[in-house]
This record gives sequence, C-alpha cells and structure tokens, in this order.
Amino acid sequence: MARIAGIDLPKNKRGEIGLTYIFGLGKSSARKILEEAGISYDKKVQDWTDDELTKIRNIINEKFKVEGSLRSEVQLNIKRLMDIGCYRGIRHRSGLPTRGQHTKNNARTRKGKKKTVANKKKAVKG
Amino acid sequence: MSRSIKKGPYINYKLEKKVLQLADSKKKTVIKTWSRNSMISPEFVGQTIAVHNGNKFIPVYVTENMVGHKLGEFAPTRIFRSHAGNKDKASK
Repeated sequence: MARIAGIDLPKNKRGEIGLTYIFGLGKSSARKILEEAGISYDKKVQDWTDDELTKIRNIINEKFKVEGSLRSEVQLNIKRLMDIGCYRGIRHRSGLPTRGQHTKNNARTRKGKKKTVANKKKAVKG
Repeated sequence: MSRSIKKGPYINYKLEKKVLQLADSKKKTVIKTWSRNSMISPEFVGQTIAVHNGNKFIPVYVTENMVGHKLGEFAPTRIFRSHAGNKDKASK
C-alpha cells in the first residue's frame, strides 16, 4: 500500500491518476512529479518499488504544498479577506459568491440548499 | 483581466500627492476621496481615508494587509437588510 502525505493511494490506478487523490495535486503536477522521479505515467501505483516511492515522497515534500498545510493556507487567505473587511471578505462572511455572480437565482453552491419562505406569494403567470 | 504590470498600479495622482504630504507632516487628518479605483500602496498604511460610497464617505483605516486592494473594496455601495423570515442571520 502506497501511503503519501497521509493518504492511501488507490492500488490499481495508473501513477498519474493515483497521485491526484492527494489534495493539491492535479494531473499536471502529478506528471511533473513522475517525470522528475523518472517513472512512467502508466505504471500502476501497486507496481512502484520502495525506491520510487521514497523518490516521489521527497519530491512532494520539497516542491509541493499538499493536504493539511495547503488547506490551512487557503483558510488563512479567506480569513485575511474577512479580517480586513473588504468586499470579498464580506461576501465570504455572508456565504455568498465572491466573484460578482448574480444571486437573483442559482448561486446554490454558496448559498446551500433552498430555504423556502412560508406564505410567499406565488408569481402569477401572465 | 488584470492590469498590465508595465503600467504599475493606478493611483489617482491628486490623492497620492495628498497622502504623501500627510505622511511627511505626521499629522492625522482624514482624506476624503471619490477615487474608489485607486490601489492602496504601502504609503497609505496607518492613515484614515474617507472613501465615498455614492452616498457618504466611509472612513477606512488602512492596515498593512490591505495593500494591493483598491479603496472601493472597503466602502460597500449596497446595503442588504435581510429578507423577511431570515431571523437568524442579521448580517451587515
């Protein structure tokens, strides 16, 4: 079982896909890692030798910010926005989209599940 | 699209002049401005700038974290006073 950055990688996926199970690594950074370690993209995770594994671990440690530290960085960035009270921070505080999207309808990813208002008048169809 | 680096940050030149003067004189007065699109440069730190929001001037005390943002970001132009039945969230 390959364990990198506190994450168990899926055994029977190709290396470039397997690495993307780590938060902070996508396909392109996974490819960069494998290239540097001199491993084929197509080699399955279970076929990696211990040597290759340590190589990959070292590369990730040196050059990439993943998992916990990356998450906390993102949270800190958001917190900074909220603390200085700029527009984006205010939008984060009130749980609305921060990039200028309309909120008349949709925006459900940020707003969460619909909250139905009782006794709201139904719009009359003309 | 972001602004070209070649041009440098935009700061209203009159505002910049006033801020620099104020920084020299070590006095603390509030500068009124309508220039919401001016970038906050490091010289602004520690000063209070009253930014117009279309209705009145909102005093903004500039801290170090704000450098690189624009003045208008700190003076909201719209007021949202919660929907009916939205009791739990009385956000500002």
